[in-house]
This record gives sequence, structure tokens and C-alpha cells, in this order.
Amino acid sequence: MTTWRPDPSFYPSPRMAAKAPKETLAYVAAFDPDRQRPDAIAVVDVDPASSTYSKIVGQVDMPNVGDELHHFGWNACSSCLCPNAPHPHVERRYLVVPGLRSSRLHIIDTKPDPRNPQIVRVIEPAEVAERANYSRLHTIHCGPEGIYVNALADRDGKAPGGIFLLDHDSFDVLGQWEMDRGPQKLAYDFWWHLGHDTMITSEWGTPDTFENGLVPEVLLNSKYGRRLHFWDLNKRKHVQVIDFGEEHQLVFELRPAHDPTKAYGFVGCVISLKDLSASIWTWYRDGNQWAVKKVVEIPAEPADPDLLPPVLKGFKAVPPLVTDIDLSMDDRFLYVSCWGTGDMIQYDVSDPLAPKETGRVRIGGIVARATHPKAANGALNGGPQMVEISRDGKRVYFTNSLYGAIDPQFYPEGIDGWMVKLDVGDNGGISFEEAFFVDWPKGHRPHQVRLEGGDCSSDSYCYP
Amino acid sequence: MDFWPWLSLAGLGAFHGANPAMGWLFAVALGFHRQSARIVWLSLLPIAVGHAASIATVLAVMVAFGAVMDLRSLQLIAAAFILAFAGYLAICGHRHRVRVGMRAGMAGLAAWSFLMATSHGAGLMLVPAVLSLCLADHAGMAGMAGSLSVSLAAVAVHTGAMLAVIAAIALVVFSWLGLAGLRSAWINFDRLWTLALGATAIILLIW
Repeated sequence: MTTWRPDPSFYPSPRMAAKAPKETLAYVAAFDPDRQRPDAIAVVDVDPASSTYSKIVGQVDMPNVGDELHHFGWNACSSCLCPNAPHPHVERRYLVVPGLRSSRLHIIDTKPDPRNPQIVRVIEPAEVAERANYSRLHTIHCGPEGIYVNALADRDGKAPGGIFLLDHDSFDVLGQWEMDRGPQKLAYDFWWHLGHDTMITSEWGTPDTFENGLVPEVLLNSKYGRRLHFWDLNKRKHVQVIDFGEEHQLVFELRPAHDPTKAYGFVGCVISLKDLSASIWTWYRDGNQWAVKKVVEIPAEPADPDLLPPVLKGFKAVPPLVTDIDLSMDDRFLYVSCWGTGDMIQYDVSDPLAPKETGRVRIGGIVARATHPKAANGALNGGPQMVEISRDGKRVYFTNSLYGAIDPQFYPEGIDGWMVKLDVGDNGGISFEEAFFVDWPKGHRPHQVRLEGGDCSSDSYCYP
Repeated sequence: MDFWPWLSLAGLGAFHGANPAMGWLFAVALGFHRQSARIVWLSLLPIAVGHAASIATVLAVMVAFGAVMDLRSLQLIAAAFILAFAGYLAICGHRHRVRVGMRAGMAGLAAWSFLMATSHGAGLMLVPAVLSLCLADHAGMAGMAGSLSVSLAAVAVHTGAMLAVIAAIALVVFSWLGLAGLRSAWINFDRLWTLALGATAIILLIW
């Protein structure tokens, strides 16, 4: 399986990766919220010169129903070029696709025909439980020691959730990653600063508090996750915890700077219990410690209770619900999905402690129901959610579904899936690409997007 | 005195040094991270020390075995071990637990270099050359002492050549070329090493 030369999609530095060729295909996780038919990875044509541009041109169905495909990743990426753990003679070829609900892992080969990927291996939940003691598989990152998978719970569906490793080549489950987890119990996202030997993890909750939807009592008592954990990436030891305080709930998506010499990154907090606002926080190095600072607060918008779902009527406001963020390869622009209000906001984060808004579009939204030039139906539901940026930073793609059991709490009539694309101005500014709108086939909802050859949340780098 | 074993020791030193996984790339990366050419030079020393310690360990084991068994048995045992090791690398690859990262200090770099050289079988490749030197030497000062001094000289020659090559490559890459070339020029040294180990075993067998 090894090659003579490094995979051409591996780049030593984010600077070089930003010059990569344009993507022509996007892989999108699509799930059936009713758990009646298999979830799928859909292949979307994103090549404007193609006759099937903006259409789903392929699909691979999972062998079971009810997986709840969510996030997924590549078997190998630019971190294979790292000098301390070099193994660059592998192909970026397989998508590693976990089921968040089923805890099943699918290995999907994109090589013989990228438009017609095939499942080559399925790792059953029992194997993950047996070898790593985890379940509820969430996020995938390729990294120095193999493929890292995080899990939101242990094999019994309880805390602690954590991370385990898969072998690059065989995809065998190698075992639990943590050697000393310290006070960490809850899990959600993870990523790292390769240049600072640091892993960072965030928190959601145990499966009993989200698999049937968010539990208001848990939320209002601030029992969902609100802490960041910092780890020694090589010793696999917990080194620091930062609590965002009782007001802040659901500290989710982690986006460290791509430049490995920089020691800062961004994390979104979905909701404040004080005023329903959402916030963006920057973590950074402060002496010998990590520190955090709230750098953006996005307020809730007052709304007519008649237009609000039951869970929000009493508040008479739409929360922004920042559920995903993504950082461009040059660490300049941060994209923030406001799944509640329907905004996608672009910030210039050249100064990571003082972001400046440089662009905003609105589509869908709990109250706004904003439309898209190419949408047949004039009132879109769902809102900006999983967002992905092309390596050159010129194109941004996103979809509109969050999680099967939570979607109806905020969009009670259900979500009709869509995927859209933004064009990015040279110095910021975003606008809809009018010719790109995927009206997602009924029965499935789209979630995470991965771009052919890599994107801004798939690869990490060891060289500046 | 035969010149070829010394030349092959130096040649293998150059071969090991050229492999990005043996340290020059790590030194260059640390130089870029800390924006300092001095860091590149400083890093090369522990990398060379770790490499030298690894091959010295392998040669010491060989000399110890040589003291208690005849030449042919030693050759056969060494060949069998090297073949098994090459087979293991071919099947299982070169991936290992990563213990040292980009914040490595000098001791960390030396330990990393020792582990990389050992796990890639760097010292094993030197066995035929060192054996032939020990044999040539045997006429004069027989026994273990002679073998040890020859082995130490072998480590010095090999490491000197390796250090010269990693220094030259690190200088050129850090100062002029940059790292873009890695994408195409980084050929699969792991395969070459497995082949080289196979060749080493064959040399020992057909001696």
C-alpha cells in the first residue's frame, strides 16, 4: 500500500496547501433522521465547468440503518510529512466515516472512482468497545500516530468519552489514546497544535442527555460541557483545564491556527444561559499556561413568540446557536455558522484577540427563513451549520442540519436539506454563488462536507 | 589494509544521512519554527550522537557474540536476524509510538535519533563491513579488544559521514531550497532501507 513518493495532496505547510488545485468533488455525510433507510456519503460535483455542477453525482449507502453519520475524515493527510513521525508514502484515499449513534466505523475507498466510492471495511461497535472501551464516535483526524477518532462515551454510554487510535494501514483499532485523562469526562471535538505538542478537547454531554434531544433541565443547570482540556500530545497526559463558567454551555468546535508556530485557536460556544447569545473564544498561550478570552459575542434576536418553536417561545428571541466554525488556511478568516438566526458570518481574525466582521449572509433561520437565488421554495429552513473552506480560501460550502434529535427542537416542521456555496472576496466579503444550490433529496439530511484532496479542517502541518 | 570496508561505512553514513527520517528534516523544521539557523546546527549534534549510540549498540552486541562463537555461526545468526527484521519492516512498516514532538530539546532529539536509527535497523547495515575489518585486524591483535577499537573507528567514520551529509542537506534546504521539494523529492527511503537490509543479509550469507 505504500508509494514511492508522498501523496500529491500532502503539503509541508499551510502556505503551500493554499496553492493546491481547486477541488472538483465534495463528500457530504447524509443521514436519515427517521432511521428507516441507510445513511450515505453523497458525492457532490463542485466543478463549475462540469455539466453536473451543483448536483449529487454519486452516493454510497451504509450497510445498516440508524448510524447517524456526522463527522468524518481522511486516512492520511499532510501531517504524514512531519519530521518527528515521518510516513508520507501513503495515499490520501480512504474516508473514515463513523456513525455517531451506532458507533460503527466505515472505511470508504475513493480511489478507483472518486465519484463512486466503495465501502471496503466496516468496524463494528463491539470491536471498538472491546479494544478501546469507547462508543458514540464523533470526529476523525489523521495525525502523527495514526488515525485519531474521538468518542462521546465509554462502551456503556457513560462518561468518560475520549479518543482512540486506528492504524493507518490496517484500520485496526489500536486502543485508547489517553494515558492520564485528569479531570476530563465529557468529550466533543478535538484537534491539536503540532508545533506545540498540544492536544485540545472540548465537551458536550453523555448520550442520555442528547440522543433524544437536548434536555432543558440539563442545559439550564449548566450541566452540558463548558470546559476546554489541554493535553501533552506525545505524553498523552492531561495538563490543563479551563472552565468557561456556568453561563456558557456547549463549547464545541475547535479550530487551532493552521500555522504550527502559532499557539492560538478559536472555539465556539453555542449558547449563553444569561441572554441566549453565542460567543467565539480565543485560546492562546499566556506565559507557561493556556488562557481563553471571549472575542465575539453574537446577540439573540427578539422575535414574535408565534414564530418560535415551543422551546424558545418563553424567551421571545432567536438564539444565534453557533454550532460550527472554520478557519481559513492562512489563519485570516473565521467563518461562524449561526444555525438559529440563519447567519453565516465572516470575521477577519488576523488579530486573533480582536476579530472584525468582514462579511455576512443569511439563509434559512428559525424565524428568518431566508431564501437562496436558486431555491425553488422561497422559505428555507434549517440554517448554516457544518461549514468547510477550500484550501485557497476562495470558496466556502455549508449544509443545514445539526443532529437528528435536535433538529426538530428548533425546526419542529422538520428540515429540508440543502447545501450552498459562497464566493469569498480577496480582502474578505462573502456572497452566494447563485448557480450552486443542492436541494437535498428528501429522506436524508446533509451534515459534514469534506473536499477532495483536503480542506481547512482535514489537515494539520508541521512546517510554517 | 583494505580500503573498501571503510568506504562502505562512509557510504552507508551518507545514505543514512540523506534519509529525511534520520534527522536533517527535523533539524530544518526546528530551525524554521524558532527562526534560527543556529538551532539547525545545534540540532544536528544530538541527532548524530543518537545515531552513533544506536549503531554502536548494535556493533557492541555483534562483537560480544563474536567473542563466543565462530565466524560462520555469527554470520548466519546475523543474516537470519537481519532478514527477519527486514521482513518485519516490510510487513509492519516503520510506524511507532511518537514520543518526541516539535518542542523537543537536545536530549529529546538525541533520544529520538537513537530510536529512529534503531527501529530502522541502521546499525545492522554496518555488520558486514565491520566484520571484515575485524577479520583483517585479527592477524595482528586478536580478540575482543581489537574488535572493539575497530568498531569504534567504524562508528566514528560512519557518523562523521552521516553528520557531513545531514549538515550539507540541512544547510541547502534551510537556506535556499525550502521545503516545497519534499512533496516530490522525498522518495520512499523505507523501501530502500528494507532492500538494503535484505542485501546486507545476503552479503553475510554468501560471504
